Amino acid sequence: MNRIQNAFAHGKTLIVFLTCGDPDLESTERFIETAARSGADLIELGIPFSDPTAEGKVIQEANLRALRGGATTDRIFEMVKRVRDKVEIPLVFAAYANVVFSYGIERFFSTAAASGADGIMLHDIPYEEMEEFAPVCEKYGMEYISQVSGESGNRIPMIARKGKGFLCCAAFSESGSTDNGILSQAAAVTKSIRGVSSLPVVLNAGNALENIQEMAACGDGVIVDVPVVERIAKYGREADASLAEYIGALKETLKKAGQ
Amino acid sequence: MSKGRFGIHGGQYVPETLMNAVNELEEAYAYYKNDEAFNRELTTLLNEYAGRPSLLYFAKNMTEDLGGAKIYLKREDLNHTGAHKINNVLGQVLLAKKMGKTRVIAETGAGQHGVATATAATLMGMECEIFMGKEDTERQALNVYKMRLLGAKVHAVTSGTATLKDAVSETMREWAGRLKDTHYVLGSVMGPHPFPTIVRDFQAVISREIKQQILEKEGRLPDAVLACVGGGSNAIGAFYHFIEDPSVQLIGCEAAGRGVDTFETAATISTGKLGIFHGMKSYFCQDEFGQIAPVYSISAGLDYPGVGPEHAALYDTGRAQYVPVTDDEAVNAFEYLSRMEGIIPAIESAHAVAHAIKIAPSFRKDQIIVVNISGRGDKDCAAIARYRGEEIAE
Repeated sequence: MNRIQNAFAHGKTLIVFLTCGDPDLESTERFIETAARSGADLIELGIPFSDPTAEGKVIQEANLRALRGGATTDRIFEMVKRVRDKVEIPLVFAAYANVVFSYGIERFFSTAAASGADGIMLHDIPYEEMEEFAPVCEKYGMEYISQVSGESGNRIPMIARKGKGFLCCAAFSESGSTDNGILSQAAAVTKSIRGVSSLPVVLNAGNALENIQEMAACGDGVIVDVPVVERIAKYGREADASLAEYIGALKETLKKAGQ
Repeated sequence: MSKGRFGIHGGQYVPETLMNAVNELEEAYAYYKNDEAFNRELTTLLNEYAGRPSLLYFAKNMTEDLGGAKIYLKREDLNHTGAHKINNVLGQVLLAKKMGKTRVIAETGAGQHGVATATAATLMGMECEIFMGKEDTERQALNVYKMRLLGAKVHAVTSGTATLKDAVSETMREWAGRLKDTHYVLGSVMGPHPFPTIVRDFQAVISREIKQQILEKEGRLPDAVLACVGGGSNAIGAFYHFIEDPSVQLIGCEAAGRGVDTFETAATISTGKLGIFHGMKSYFCQDEFGQIAPVYSISAGLDYPGVGPEHAALYDTGRAQYVPVTDDEAVNAFEYLSRMEGIIPAIESAHAVAHAIKIAPSFRKDQIIVVNISGRGDKDCAAIARYRGEEIAE
């Protein structure tokens, strides 16, 4: 069983998102350890990008703080390597295609795998473009995580069949082409995936934290990003205590959802 | 290889959230581009509303002054709303209407595309919201007012460098959040497939007319066609029907800002490298880790760190050349054309004029250069005056 599979073997999985280098890489390294100790089962590590087109204000700001703080792809790999010696928690990168492409796809994945990363999801690579990245990712033993959205509709089976590791469902919209609420969209997406794939389904709770228990009940785990990044924006290098408390509380909520 | 490729460039590098939207657009366009009623309606709009065909004007004074090639100016500046942007916008807004959309959104740099979109939206009874970098709203205050006057809501984008690339990012985010009733009227030959193809097809009217007009006037094809390139929509429009005519040199003029050896440049093909951004693979100004570089040009409309994928492919095959033109050269050309021909070009178009001034003398007198005057320069007068150290009230 690899580290990602293991993260889904003990009830509902809590995925915590951190932007690498926000506010600096030493803090990110510590936050990973804090999150792991406080109950996170998997860490999604955002590699900062100058123009994070798929993300809202809060995470955009985190990307820019990280770049101002000097985070580069090389330094991020070094940080992951250091933290990998200390924790077993699976680490999955979330990146924009150009960061990987400009580094050299082959060189990126060989270095990422050697540093101890377990997987990657690419925000701006849909199913149609994944062949350029996924085979190289898998060649180096990392999982290429596919994403579906509340807008995916009849695309879900095709995406789910090619998925690896787990399937990440995000971007449920309040005003998209489905008029249902976020929870019923999440339920519909999950159901559609279950029909064709046995991969774990992870839902992004977005800002709808009041829904987190229902979200977790609906899938196999949740990703929490915006509220975590907001705490780092507020407390900066001193965010450890706030993160520990918050992640601990999330974990308790998820345990209830799993019962 | 995925859809919408020009050589290795193009593709559909967008978040999953947008895939059904671009697929829906692709299907609708595949249907309507061959639909007679749609094409009839669009032609009527272009001719009766936008004022097409635009003139191909023989620039006699400029030709005599430079002493080389005969210079013709394609007068896209005479279109309604003052630029080539209206060609694409009338097509896309009409398409959006056929698709049952009730709201259009668009990015804008200099404001020309925003004004054109607001105009077409008003004409066709659609809601309209425009995203414009905050810095550009200040550089182009008059266009902001025009968009509001036309009933559009204008959002000043403050993220990133607060210029065109950030406006594109913000419009993509807005679209992803509201697909059902909204069409994104992308303003250039960029972004994910099918946009580079749709926008090129709607702008190709420029070269279709040039070809017909020059054959009528001169009985032969031009030796060179020059156009400025930001994302590249007026250039691809001016080039398209000449791509299969190898005797016609195609020259794209990029905004070099303060020079291609400085960091204050927007000359993508001269200084950028292959990358993936804003839905496409193409050339982008970026650093060694793939972070998109802040770009600079005096021209808000060319101030973009990428270039459309079809231009990238034309560059790769050598079919078109791309040359850098600095702020200084463009401002000189802006003044030159104003004094020489009584035509005030957009500062964007002045980049192409500048290159014509450079190369025309080395052409024979029986040779022909066509320069695409993509827009008129009223919007730039205050900024150019400022560049020359003169403050004028707009």
